[in-house]
Amino acid sequence: MKTDNDKTFQDLNDTEYKYGFVTDIESDSLPPGLNEDIVRAISSRKKEPEWLTEWRLKAYRHWITMTEPTWSNVHYPKIDYQALSYYSAPKQKGDGPKTLDEVDPELLETYEKLGIPLREQEALAGVVAVDAVFDSVSVATTFKGKLEELGIIFCSFSEAVHSHPDLVKQYLGTVVPYKDNYFATLNSAVFSDGSFCYVPPGVRCPMELSTYFRINAANTGQFERTLLIADEGAYVSYLEGCTAPQRDENQLHAAVVELVALDNAQIKYSTVQNWYPGDKDGKGGIYNFVTKRGHCRGHHSKISWTQVETGSAVTWKYPSCILKGDYSVGEFYSVAVTNHMQQADTGSKMIHIGKNTSSTIVSKGISAGRSQNSYRGMVKVLETAENARNFSQCDSMLMGGSCGAHTFPYIDVGNPTAQVEHEATTTKIGEDQIFYCNQRGLETEEAVNLIVNGFCKEVFRELPMEFAVEAQKLLGISLEGSVG
Amino acid sequence: MALLEIKDLHAGVEGIPILKGINLTIDPGEVHAVMGPNGSGKSTLSNVLAGHEAYKVTRGEILFGGKDLQELAAHERACAGLFLAFQYPVEIPGISNMYFLKAAVNAVREYRGEEPLDAMDFIELVEAKKSVMKIRDELLARAVNSGFSGGEKKRNEIFQMAMLEPTLGILDETDSGLDIDALKIVADGVNALRSPDRGFLVITHYQRLLDYIIPDHVHVMVHGRIVKSGGKELALELEDEGYASWNGEEGL
Ligand SMILES: Nc1ncnc2c1ncn2[C@@H]1O[C@H](COP(=O)(O)OP(=O)(O)OP(=O)(O)O)[C@@H](O)[C@H]1O
Ligand SMILES: [Mg+2]
Repeated sequence: MKTDNDKTFQDLNDTEYKYGFVTDIESDSLPPGLNEDIVRAISSRKKEPEWLTEWRLKAYRHWITMTEPTWSNVHYPKIDYQALSYYSAPKQKGDGPKTLDEVDPELLETYEKLGIPLREQEALAGVVAVDAVFDSVSVATTFKGKLEELGIIFCSFSEAVHSHPDLVKQYLGTVVPYKDNYFATLNSAVFSDGSFCYVPPGVRCPMELSTYFRINAANTGQFERTLLIADEGAYVSYLEGCTAPQRDENQLHAAVVELVALDNAQIKYSTVQNWYPGDKDGKGGIYNFVTKRGHCRGHHSKISWTQVETGSAVTWKYPSCILKGDYSVGEFYSVAVTNHMQQADTGSKMIHIGKNTSSTIVSKGISAGRSQNSYRGMVKVLETAENARNFSQCDSMLMGGSCGAHTFPYIDVGNPTAQVEHEATTTKIGEDQIFYCNQRGLETEEAVNLIVNGFCKEVFRELPMEFAVEAQKLLGISLEGSVG
Repeated sequence: MALLEIKDLHAGVEGIPILKGINLTIDPGEVHAVMGPNGSGKSTLSNVLAGHEAYKVTRGEILFGGKDLQELAAHERACAGLFLAFQYPVEIPGISNMYFLKAAVNAVREYRGEEPLDAMDFIELVEAKKSVMKIRDELLARAVNSGFSGGEKKRNEIFQMAMLEPTLGILDETDSGLDIDALKIVADGVNALRSPDRGFLVITHYQRLLDYIIPDHVHVMVHGRIVKSGGKELALELEDEGYASWNGEEGL
């Protein structure tokens, strides 16, 4: 049935990106280009130990032998890696801020515009600890004292390299080896900063840990590196949120996240990603090529990824779990929204190695405008994985007729006792559903919001409360104007 | 003033004419029944009244409380007091019936310039209304119409109507698919809402419903026109004779 809605389906999102502004801070940047000297320079600016410099160099030397992958369902102009600058830090006097008062006020203002009132958060004692990453360097870490009492280490990656070198050395690259893939290898060579967290045996982290990433300086590739370790019987929930200012050049972002869960440990990792998606015609926006992987190393360990992705021009991201420990559990809950010219190729990999391991994948893709939204998932059951279980569910929702949804499930079962289930659905946002809501007094925009939120319910309920609210709002913002 | 005044209404879908000159006036307090064979345009009429965008008015006029209904978007008509109990209520997965109803009630209140109901007041209202329709709490917690039986969907429609207290209720075959007990429940729900300033347009195929909801007027619609109007006894006649005498009138 053809109606006016079809016409208005095309009048897409005219909402300007709310967070598009540039903070005017002098950057201490390295010149563009990438070679061994640049890698050494990054390492020396961060006063890193020799072993880490060498690790970076090994990665760099491997990277130059690799070629950029082309298998994903995304298309973008060739990235000139020599035109990018690989290090940018806000200039600071002395050793860096110790309290919020020492932080550049302009920077704090930026965060306020983003709705991250650090001051308020500090006052809100014990609700959320924020390790705020501005460009490449951490500027403020709150609630550290309270965490220290419990023996929890939560700091910037660079800081951890100095304060806990043994832990970093023990775990770095053990989940995502430096040779892993093109973008992860690049990250290993030039990573700037990120977060580090270690929760000691038997400790349950009493608050949600949170990092807000922000990309600022022009033409700066962002190469975060995050490492989270939950020791035996530990529990931690980690939130990652991101926004970026509006720019016309595309910005590359190639992060690596490594999670390690030992015996009986649990890690919950939640992401809300709303980086600049580019304008209506696909100009500008972030290129997001991320490697996120969790290693359920111990028995009865559990790692859950929950992500809500509304931003970036191009997304290439597959949070994965390696289920090595017997009885370990991997989960992936995802909402990926694409609008206008956005492209997302995202999904998850579950690698079953241990006995009685189980995994769940719930993926909700929403496409509007002329965007392309692909789910790519892999479930691999090795010969050793006696009684492995997987359940995957991939639902796609289309808004209008110019967008695309694609599903690429790969299943590879090497043990006959495995049970692997895959369900997939594609729906067009129902005109009849919208009319039904209209007839009960709800405006179309509100109706769409409601229907989309209902569609994503199974994922939202996995998010921590305050994040779920934010995610619902974001979804509304990203899809505003998508339907008559 | 008439509650609803339809004058020489012509409407269609995708350029296909369906309604071909409807005239109908509903005064406050009245119940009008519309009967007619499958495909005669009854649901089209309710969709046009409710403001479904696919249905285009090509000629004629609709006044609702004296105001031109076509000036209003679908959600504004709902807020202005027009309610349609759908022939096929749709499912909205993931959104609980309660949540949906609260959004609806508050949208309507906001439109009328009233304060939104808070959680407590809303629950009180639900408690007051749910018993007549025999709506179980479990049904309220479930996603809108998801996995509801046919009868439960229809009862839920009337429950929503009771919650929203419209001035004009349009029931599109609410009785179809109901067992005898459910039919009585639905009729009780509608009768409880009858009042001197509220009107109803009841679309049905069966005289049976009209034993419980007694209409003031009965209209027969065939091929997009009202071919006969009368009192409640007209429904009985139709039960005996069917629509045979009008079929072929179009030369089909
Ligand atoms: N959206 C639509 N697209 C195409 N044709 C339609 C549409 N809606 C209605 N029609 C056509 O218009 C005519 C009238 O349909 P309508 O649903 O109004 O009939 P009805 O009187 O409600 O029938 P029933 O008693 O079976 O419910 C039918 O021929 C139908 O196929
Ligand atoms: Mg009908």
